[in-house]
Amino acid sequence: MMMIFGVPAPLLFGQLMLGLINGAFYAMLSLGLAIIFGMLNIINFAHGALFMMGAFAAWMLLNYAGIGYFPALILSPIIIGIFGIVLERVMISRLYKLDHLYGLLLTFGLALVIEGLFRNYYGSSGMPYEIPHVLQGATNLGFMFLPIYRAWVVVAALVVCLATWAVIEKTFLGARLRAATENAPLVRAFGVNVPRMITLTYGAGVGLAAFAGVLAAPIYSVNPNMGDNFINTVFAVVVIGGMGSIMGSIITGFGLGVIEGLTKVFYPQASATVVFLVMVIVLLFLPRGLFGKTA
Amino acid sequence: MLEIGDLNAWYGESHVLHGAAFQVNEGEVVTLLGRNGAGKTTTMKSIMGLVPHREGTIRFNGRELIGLSSEAIARSGVAFCPEERGIFGSLSVTENLLLPPVVAPGGLDIDTIYALFPNLKERARTAQGTKLSGGEQQMLAIARILRTGAKMLLLDEPTEGLAPVIVQQIGRTIREIKARGFTVLLVEQNFRFAATVADRHYVMEHGRVVDMIPNHLLEASMDKLHEYLGV
Amino acid sequence: MSVSTAVRPISVARPGLFGFTRAQAIAFLVMLGLVVVLPYVLYPIFLMRVLCAALFACAFNLMIGYVGLLSFGHAAFYGMGAYLAAWAMKQWHLDAIVCIGIGGATGAILGLCLGYLAIRRSGIYFAMITLALAQMVYFFCVEAPFTGGEDGIQQVPRGHAFGFISLNNDMNMYWLTAAIFLAGFLLIHRIIHSPFGQVLKAIRENEPRATSLGYRTNDYKLIAFVLSTGLSGIAGATTAIVFGIATLDGVHYSRSGEVVLTTLLGGLGTVFGPVVGAVLTTSMENYLAQFGDWVTVTQGSIFVVCVLAFRRGIVGEIAALLKLSL
Repeated sequence: MMMIFGVPAPLLFGQLMLGLINGAFYAMLSLGLAIIFGMLNIINFAHGALFMMGAFAAWMLLNYAGIGYFPALILSPIIIGIFGIVLERVMISRLYKLDHLYGLLLTFGLALVIEGLFRNYYGSSGMPYEIPHVLQGATNLGFMFLPIYRAWVVVAALVVCLATWAVIEKTFLGARLRAATENAPLVRAFGVNVPRMITLTYGAGVGLAAFAGVLAAPIYSVNPNMGDNFINTVFAVVVIGGMGSIMGSIITGFGLGVIEGLTKVFYPQASATVVFLVMVIVLLFLPRGLFGKTA
Repeated sequence: MLEIGDLNAWYGESHVLHGAAFQVNEGEVVTLLGRNGAGKTTTMKSIMGLVPHREGTIRFNGRELIGLSSEAIARSGVAFCPEERGIFGSLSVTENLLLPPVVAPGGLDIDTIYALFPNLKERARTAQGTKLSGGEQQMLAIARILRTGAKMLLLDEPTEGLAPVIVQQIGRTIREIKARGFTVLLVEQNFRFAATVADRHYVMEHGRVVDMIPNHLLEASMDKLHEYLGV
Repeated sequence: MSVSTAVRPISVARPGLFGFTRAQAIAFLVMLGLVVVLPYVLYPIFLMRVLCAALFACAFNLMIGYVGLLSFGHAAFYGMGAYLAAWAMKQWHLDAIVCIGIGGATGAILGLCLGYLAIRRSGIYFAMITLALAQMVYFFCVEAPFTGGEDGIQQVPRGHAFGFISLNNDMNMYWLTAAIFLAGFLLIHRIIHSPFGQVLKAIRENEPRATSLGYRTNDYKLIAFVLSTGLSGIAGATTAIVFGIATLDGVHYSRSGEVVLTTLLGGLGTVFGPVVGAVLTTSMENYLAQFGDWVTVTQGSIFVVCVLAFRRGIVGEIAALLKLSL
């Protein structure tokens, strides 16, 4: 068996894979948060809860409507995205004229309500969601066994993240989004319906979280706490990345997942805290984060 | 085309416009002159709906603009070029140029715009709008609203901080725009420049319009002007 | 409009007891009266829970109400104060006062370290950084052997105060807790109405101006943060000794959210708001604990309602109605 740095190759690559998967979720979730923050200037504390709702939507679609994984990948983000739009229209938009901290508090409260309701109704133990048939199994790459579904998650996440980046940075719709992030009143004065753009942006960010939820369903059992487990680390990722740039969020997310995975191999006791340690180091030298824009 | 009547505006508690009233006829270039703080920019922003609390009447082609959102005002055919120029740093030059949506037919097409502003064509590939010089940014700010089809243009201090050569270029551009049938409301502190482009001048003081001077009488009214502008 | 000035601005100290205005002095005396009388009417254990929560909320309010910074990680200081006090009591059988002091020192030192990292940002960034740093503390506590992990530090003895007052007697414990709460409350009030507090107010209202006047604003903010976290540590330490246990719940982020809710409900930036909020949230938890996760749902709903429609909180609304500063 091949050894790398004194560690058996299958173990190293296996953990790297797990790290990439975690990184995929970190990237998708922090991307959604960054987009929402850019346009609305609020930290969407409900992001973890909406991620969880995305997974539940996939589960419900399967168990109540017989709709499988692949359609769920599209339907769940749409359904939860619409729910997000309703939240924005009914509640979040009322806070735009106020200090941005109120948005944080509101979404924090919403997260509590959503997670509490789901916990009450579904309990805390998870419900299984089967890996779709076509993605089951693993292939032997020689230096490691590669579970197909895991590889799919990483690829799907990369594709969605890069597609999002491309839309924002390279299209005219993205140009309007970027301009509105810089100076919303002026963009309105050109005739662009910015409030509607804001609503749809929130919906898109939420949809991204829900998409991540569907991807997560077969890996982590579908349970009301799944958002919680991720979201606090995701906030550290966001602080490290700096929320200034889209590509920055993606890179930071994947990068930290990999770092976490490697830490599990070489120094397992620190694996839960390594992301936060990185955050402390980054804060010491780069208070605005790795990719943060100077105000 | 544009009729302002008894316009009052507030920034929070601060009462900035006290019943301003004037009008702009189609095809004219009209300036708002006045000292700093007279309320010229506030008047422009009020027309565009960028001032939260305004009362009075702003009629554009017979349509009341007070109460409409900024995007509705823009879509009725009024375009705004702000004092700070408002070029977006996170957009390329081309993206900046194409950002404002077309709100009516009759806007200039890209080729005509590039013909009017050859510098912009040269710099079209620049990745960041704010990497342009001040004069180029001003050109870009004017160019992008010509594309929209809006017939009423509000230009807030387009010559501020620019070199004399560029100022002349802007003067030529405004005369060219007028020749193509646009109506322009211009805020200016540089009344000598204003004299080269405008048909009429309104003088504002303390949030009111206190005088109107036709362009051909401007030379004769120099003393009065100096008093108004404290120059 | 900033969060803290959404409430009526804090009035400058007028000559009087401890810088209280007349209305505040009356409110204080009412509160004092209740503190003295209620243990004969209600369960002292429940009241001690309220008092500790109130002290924690007052300490938290110092940051959001007077410095204008929302800390979303205050549980770290509360919980670590609890852990260290419990440890000191159980392992070394020190005097309860000393143990509580250790808890306070823990909160203060931790606050200095974490605050140093966070204080350079403000607003949302500060909130997120404090949240993430507190989460780091939480994970540390999960792993560290001395905390006892999921079980926590249990069977912490009440011990003695001042060497001879046995705290096994619930009433004695209550009077000590009440004294700690009142001391903390008055200390905070004193700080607000001191020259230091005036500088904080200036920073909150116009930081660039304060900087241009020569004040090193970050230093002031950090000192206030350390005071806030130290008092939070004392609150946690007292709780640990009262209930004889220190667990992961103390450092969990839900505890951070709870203290925010308590203060929001009572009234951010008011003097008595945190106390009123603590009474309500503690009572609510007590009553709803039997209903499982309905506590969470209720807390969340109150958050939502308060933020949308009730930003001044109970005391804030009363104060606005009566045109007083409370």
